[in-house]
Amino acid sequence: MTAITTEQLQAYRARLDTRFPQVEAIFEASMAEAILSLSTRGMDAYLDAARALGKLGRGAEPMLIFLEEWPAVAAAAGEDSLPKVMQLISGLQRSPNSRAINPFLQNLAAVARRLPSAEQLDDYLAIINDLTERTTGSIHGHHSTFPSPGLPEFLAQAPFLLNQLALSGVRNWVDYGIRNYHHHPERQAEFFSLQSADSRAVMQRERHGTLFVDVERKLDLYLRGLWNDSEQLVPYSTAFDELRKPIPYYDKLGIRVPDVQDDAGEIKAIDRYRATLAHIVGHRRWSLPQIADNWSPFQRMAVEFFEDCRIDTLLIREYPGLARILLGLHPKPVEDACDPETTSCLRHRLAMLSRALLDPAHGYTNADLNDFVQRFHAIMAGGESSTRDIAGLALSYVAKTRRQSDQFAKVHFDNTVIDYRDDNRQLWQFIEPGDEEEAFDEKRKIEPDEEITGLPPRHYPEWDYNSQSYRPDWVSLYEALHPSGNATDIDKLLQKHAGTAKQLKRILDLLKPQDKVRIRYQEEGSELDLDVAIRSLIDLKGGAQPDPRINMSHRTSGRDIAVSLVLDLSESLNEKVAGSEQSILQLSQEAVSLLAWAIEKLGDPLAIAGFSSNTRHDVRYQHIKGFSEKWNDEVKGRLAAIQAGFSTRMGAAMRHAGHYLGKRKADKKLMLILTDGQPADIDVTDPRALIEDARQAVNELDRDGIFTYCISLDPKADEYVSDIFGRQYTVIDRIETLPEKLPELFIALTK
Amino acid sequence: MTDKDQYLVRKEPFYQQQGNEVALYEAAYRNKLPVMVKGPTGCGKSRFVEYMAWKLNKPLITVACNEDMTASDLVGRYLLDANGTRWLDGPLTTAARIGAICYLDEIVEARQDTTVVIHPLTDHRRTLPLDKKGELIEAHPDFQLVISYNPGYQNLMKDLKQSTKQRFTGFAFDYPTAELEASILAKEAGLDEATAAKLVKIGHTARNLKGHGLDEGISTRLLVYAATLIKDGIHPHDACRMALVQPITDDADIRATLEHAIDATFA
Repeated sequence: MTAITTEQLQAYRARLDTRFPQVEAIFEASMAEAILSLSTRGMDAYLDAARALGKLGRGAEPMLIFLEEWPAVAAAAGEDSLPKVMQLISGLQRSPNSRAINPFLQNLAAVARRLPSAEQLDDYLAIINDLTERTTGSIHGHHSTFPSPGLPEFLAQAPFLLNQLALSGVRNWVDYGIRNYHHHPERQAEFFSLQSADSRAVMQRERHGTLFVDVERKLDLYLRGLWNDSEQLVPYSTAFDELRKPIPYYDKLGIRVPDVQDDAGEIKAIDRYRATLAHIVGHRRWSLPQIADNWSPFQRMAVEFFEDCRIDTLLIREYPGLARILLGLHPKPVEDACDPETTSCLRHRLAMLSRALLDPAHGYTNADLNDFVQRFHAIMAGGESSTRDIAGLALSYVAKTRRQSDQFAKVHFDNTVIDYRDDNRQLWQFIEPGDEEEAFDEKRKIEPDEEITGLPPRHYPEWDYNSQSYRPDWVSLYEALHPSGNATDIDKLLQKHAGTAKQLKRILDLLKPQDKVRIRYQEEGSELDLDVAIRSLIDLKGGAQPDPRINMSHRTSGRDIAVSLVLDLSESLNEKVAGSEQSILQLSQEAVSLLAWAIEKLGDPLAIAGFSSNTRHDVRYQHIKGFSEKWNDEVKGRLAAIQAGFSTRMGAAMRHAGHYLGKRKADKKLMLILTDGQPADIDVTDPRALIEDARQAVNELDRDGIFTYCISLDPKADEYVSDIFGRQYTVIDRIETLPEKLPELFIALTK
Repeated sequence: MTDKDQYLVRKEPFYQQQGNEVALYEAAYRNKLPVMVKGPTGCGKSRFVEYMAWKLNKPLITVACNEDMTASDLVGRYLLDANGTRWLDGPLTTAARIGAICYLDEIVEARQDTTVVIHPLTDHRRTLPLDKKGELIEAHPDFQLVISYNPGYQNLMKDLKQSTKQRFTGFAFDYPTAELEASILAKEAGLDEATAAKLVKIGHTARNLKGHGLDEGISTRLLVYAATLIKDGIHPHDACRMALVQPITDDADIRATLEHAIDATFA
């Protein structure tokens, strides 16, 4: 390409046709850059577009940004995208969203670098169009009255998002935000500026790479199996620290590892995790803390590099196959990449040395380096060596290779970061609490008046049927022991139903389900027991008295059913039953008492809990009876005290009950849900939403081997209950019969 | 009379002594004390008994116990033949008559009421009453009873009665130490020591996972299988996968961990 001539420059300037004085400052540089990356045709289009932007009536800003950014965009994504970009801008200009034009242009180059093809850029523009259309507000049928609250935020975050997510992930994330917050401008802005918790959670779900949560068990098994070590693994977030990337480390509370890892070339992400864990285990096994006070930062850095190499050498000795992974992750600095005249090369030297210590085929020619590699191997040949010995070697290395330029502020960082290693904080011990950073964040005491009440909330996802996906950690569930009341109330109720109880008792005595056992030596049975029959025949032929008990039969003995009874304690239970003085709550109390009594007689473990909800932030789950508790006065007291209030967020309660029931060791697990209405909550406007969520919860429980069964007291339940529970439900129309019906139903279910 | 020689162990079985168990067993045999051998599966319990029978040059009668086994399967029963019925000695009776070592393998698999028939043979009486036949057998002076079981995987229902347990002297077996196990693999399969040591290392990986998704670690027996396959020219990765990973688990995570251990060990 030829340099730009003054003549050309003037022609371009004239073509731009603008009187904004700010243009002069950037014009020449922009043109010089543009002419390098644009064709003649592209150059024309570029100038025309800039001219159009200058005449939008939005000041000089759009044109200035465009002039500066477009050559870079065209270089990354091709200049043919320009018409589409301009189309989008004119669309924004005509809508109330014109405020978004500047952020859009500003980040376009950064975005284009992440999406280096015209098709991908098209997709990105399509996402913006979609977001604009669906979030621009309208009032009284007048379209597009209010600007989209999320759009400018999204455009500002776009480069960051594309750094973390693949384009499809961004689309899903945007889609989620639109669906859930299009009615709520402030929340929408929070979501798209990545400030709300679920925005981050959804982003985490969409991230590329291997998520820690998906491989946690494998890593745990890896620690136990290969290293005979076990430690809490704590993920830290890598998404939100752009400037200082956190480094793995370990302390009293566990081993900290990144929450997501990408594959690094041929090395799989899981192996990167494994390399980190192995390295940390190596430190725990073989490193001793050194006293750091008398060593300079450079000396400490050298000791860390040497000690890390000692650990890695020992690891490879233990498992030779690790060499491939560790060397695959270890950078390979180019020998003369760093100029010691202008730059501090210490990091570069140490990284090269580290490579050379582990990789016999390093190919470096530096004499000092090779000398120390030999000395290192000589020390290691004698056995494990020790941190102290290796530190001695490191110090003499620093002394030998020190250069004046090491002090320079400009440090060579390329290819010197060995990211599977931890930050070596356990390697140092400071006698004097000095000016190190850690010294300041010690001794954070909890204030004495901060009393902890109740358990921390548990978070459960909720199923969003529109997108067929979970909203992560959507519901906060608070569990507690139900307050106690007067146990004799329940005894009175039981007395009232003495007749029913007697009837039940007869049925209970007949119940003998499950666990097939063969009974041999039966005179009458279902099958002939061949062994015994032949023996009897022999006895008969031999003249002895034959045994007539030659049949066998099967019987079932022992029950192994764990039952969880989940009571809906929503407001509607306070209503009086038609033609009766009692409320549904009181009838439920009676029914539950009888059932609990019956199940106690059978000896099956039973848990009872009630739930109610007041928006997704406050689902209450109250334990009335635990699996191992007897049907005693304490439990009766709690049952006597139950009260009704708030709404019915059934899915979360079922998931929580399932979480306990799933941990029981029983052949059969049964969850009974006693409810008087459909799932609903005051913060949900779509009546299908919670029904679909409950149905999904039933599917989850089914997958975990838990059989769910609903007893509905809602006469109109037929409309929805089969959607949730399939055929596993009963509707009790005459609520006053509930006390008899409930235990009968249970018995029928478990016979 | 039954042919006693058929029960003799002719060829010396390979057995690697782990402690002084051989001497202890010999002492127990001299005094005709019943012996119980317990330990995880595939650690060499049966091999030990076989080896002792060879060393003492006594016949060995082995019974693999199962849930359907009845007392007459041990003691004997009448059979039909052309002229009416004929009594056939069970393995326990045979051993008591000819003076063999009777080895009841995995005794807990048999029902508890079955195991009671061994009681009179295991105390000072050393007799076996055959009630159907109306005979009381005095045990041969060389007769000894040995039982084995694996205390690990049994459930609560499958345990020996105290009254049975307390008739035996006991040996607790475990997997040998790493060096010993490597030398066992080397001798048993003819593999070089270095490869054998690597196999043992993988074995230890799995044993560390016991209780974390594995009911039982990789046994010495499986390691010998893997060693045999490698000796036969199979690539170590394939041999380990076939002999060490596939048999013991269907859990994908554990499989991934073990396969990584194989990759890391056989670089």
